[in-house]
Amino acid sequence: MTTTEMMTLKTEPFVLNFGPVHPSTHGVYRMRATLDGEVILDIEPVVGYLHRGIEKLAEERTYSGFIPLTDRLDYISPMSNNLGYCLAVEKLAGIKVPERAEYLRVIMAELQRLANHCIAVGSFLNDTGAYYTPFMYAFREREKIVDLFDMACGQRLTYNYMRIGGVSQDIPDEFLPALKRLVEQLPRWVDEYDVLLKQNEILLARTKGVGVLPRETAINCGISGPVARGSGVNWDLRKADPYSIYDRFEFDIPQGEAGDCYDRYRVRIEEMRQSLRIIKQAMNDIPAGPVRADVPHLIRPPKGEAYAHIEAPKGELGYYLVSDNSIAPYRCHIRPTSLINLTALREMVKGWKVADLIAIFGSIDITMGEVDR
Amino acid sequence: MATVDFIVQNQLPMQVVPPDWPGGYWWHWLFFTVVLITFTLIMVMGVIYVERRGLGRMQSRLGPNRVGPFGLLQPVADAIKVLLKENIVPDKADKIVHWLAPVIAFAPVLMIFAVVPFQNGALLADLNIGILYVVAISSVATVGVFMAGWGSSNKYSLLGAMRNVAAVVSYEMPLVLAIIGVVLVAGSLSMNQIVLSQDIPFILFQPLGFLIFFAAGCAEINRSPFDLMEADQELVAGFHTEYSGMKFAMFYLVEYAEAIAISAIITTLFLGGWRGPLLPPWLWVIVKIFVVFFLMVWTRSTFPRVRIDQLMALAWKFLFPLALINLFVTAIQVLVWPDALPWVLIIINIAIMVILVVSWSKFFKLGWGRLEV
Repeated sequence: MTTTEMMTLKTEPFVLNFGPVHPSTHGVYRMRATLDGEVILDIEPVVGYLHRGIEKLAEERTYSGFIPLTDRLDYISPMSNNLGYCLAVEKLAGIKVPERAEYLRVIMAELQRLANHCIAVGSFLNDTGAYYTPFMYAFREREKIVDLFDMACGQRLTYNYMRIGGVSQDIPDEFLPALKRLVEQLPRWVDEYDVLLKQNEILLARTKGVGVLPRETAINCGISGPVARGSGVNWDLRKADPYSIYDRFEFDIPQGEAGDCYDRYRVRIEEMRQSLRIIKQAMNDIPAGPVRADVPHLIRPPKGEAYAHIEAPKGELGYYLVSDNSIAPYRCHIRPTSLINLTALREMVKGWKVADLIAIFGSIDITMGEVDR
Repeated sequence: MATVDFIVQNQLPMQVVPPDWPGGYWWHWLFFTVVLITFTLIMVMGVIYVERRGLGRMQSRLGPNRVGPFGLLQPVADAIKVLLKENIVPDKADKIVHWLAPVIAFAPVLMIFAVVPFQNGALLADLNIGILYVVAISSVATVGVFMAGWGSSNKYSLLGAMRNVAAVVSYEMPLVLAIIGVVLVAGSLSMNQIVLSQDIPFILFQPLGFLIFFAAGCAEINRSPFDLMEADQELVAGFHTEYSGMKFAMFYLVEYAEAIAISAIITTLFLGGWRGPLLPPWLWVIVKIFVVFFLMVWTRSTFPRVRIDQLMALAWKFLFPLALINLFVTAIQVLVWPDALPWVLIIINIAIMVILVVSWSKFFKLGWGRLEV
């Protein structure tokens, strides 16, 4: 045995289990990571710990009775889930939504995007190791938005606000002034923790160039939302396939270039500002009138199928409904944003370190309720 | 050799331990041991309170305020809670190592306080190599931490312990080099003599040394942003993942006792120790310890965490060269210009610090590339 051979330590990779119970798996996600010391050689995602069979449950409920269950999909942004499902049913049954309800839906969906990005950015920064400070500040902002939802529908987490053909009830009189105050305050609050961190050397070192998702991979994997836009894919359903009344508003689609964690973070911050722009326009233009079309509680859509997709805060959220002319859907399939965005995780983390695994995972922004359904 | 001669020539006569106690040495020993242990335990409660309340205020929340007036009894409640927990030893753990680790980690931290002067000559042992003793003894705690990581037979623990050993081995170098700068100016290794020679606090003569010592000290005791060994987002709780009950309490104690120890050393070396107007000397020490500890709380609530390779790069590429330059500059100043006006030296040193830190950070970036797998 030569000296060099004696000096060389024999090492071998080992398997480390992240989750299902782990502080930063955002629920009960599980990754079986093969590590060489600190370097990640491979990860094997394991999902299904939160499976509740929501798609199957839809087949046993009436069309309107399924709306509360959509709240439980992506429980960070229930309004968007409601909206996507209602759009699918309206498409299936050919229901026209009153003008005021459309505006309310847009306001709620954009507020929901703000609330979701607050949590996404906060928990991402928390995953990079900033000890809960950005998280708490992000929650302070979300709290105000949740207060508005509380005002509109009486709920703070699972809103169940949208109805087939409109929304459940009109907003109270104090809603719009409160919304106006929020729209004025929020940019300052967003700046407050953005300025603190966007030029922070440690944050740049931890996120710039880390977890790069190339543009082609993003498109091939069907990635959508801020993750795809961070990779430079110009794809936003609000522009690409306008639903509801999004074609009436002026807003930009922020894009990244490098496709790293930092770009995804920046895209989310910019999207918050763009959402505020949309809310401002919708707030000024909102007409008076009914908030709900005359739709019976039990509807029997004609035989057929419909697919409606929306730009949910996390990406493209789609509902595919098949009707057999009964009171319940024959089949309901949900295109979950989080699950499909997760498919690129393995490519993104290979070769990075344990700490990066958590940061990259956090930058995708998933909700386990939507991954497992 | 000239430097050594300088130290020898300028060494003041040793401060002898006052023998006029009844019973002489043994009474002195008993008194200081009891006082120091009580002091450490009470200070730990104090800093836990400061940390929890301070973090709370910085994170736009209140912090614990229910137990006792202003939540002052919260540390007591914490201690009782931890003590009442079940003591769990993992099935496959190395039982003796697992049991012994907290003790081995705690003892050296307590021993550091033996040479911290609370008043002129008021310390357990005025060693003429006091600061050398501190450096030597503080590294022993690492053995306890690694025993905990190894003995738990948990991969998270092992990763955390390995990170800790790597960090301590690397950061010992800039730490010691920063200390030598102070020793050169003071002309003594005795902690009491160092304080006595600080007519002007050494933070002004050694601003760069202070920064290096503070950063390296934070890394040694694993305070944020260098808290990789118990990075809760990545490694759950790092080396003490498998600890509960009293043994966990010991590690909790070690963590904060180490923070106090480093604060006390910074106080002694850079902030003039017990010297100060109006207040009694021992109170000055405590006030200064809390000020330094508050700085640590502040950094903890502000910065994200660095990655393990960035941690090493920071030690070897940033702190180590700067510490060498600092030592070189200090040596030249002491040797060539021993009777310079203090204010001239202060201005020169602050200018050198600003130039060095700014220019060095221009071409040293924390970021690191991806490893090809």
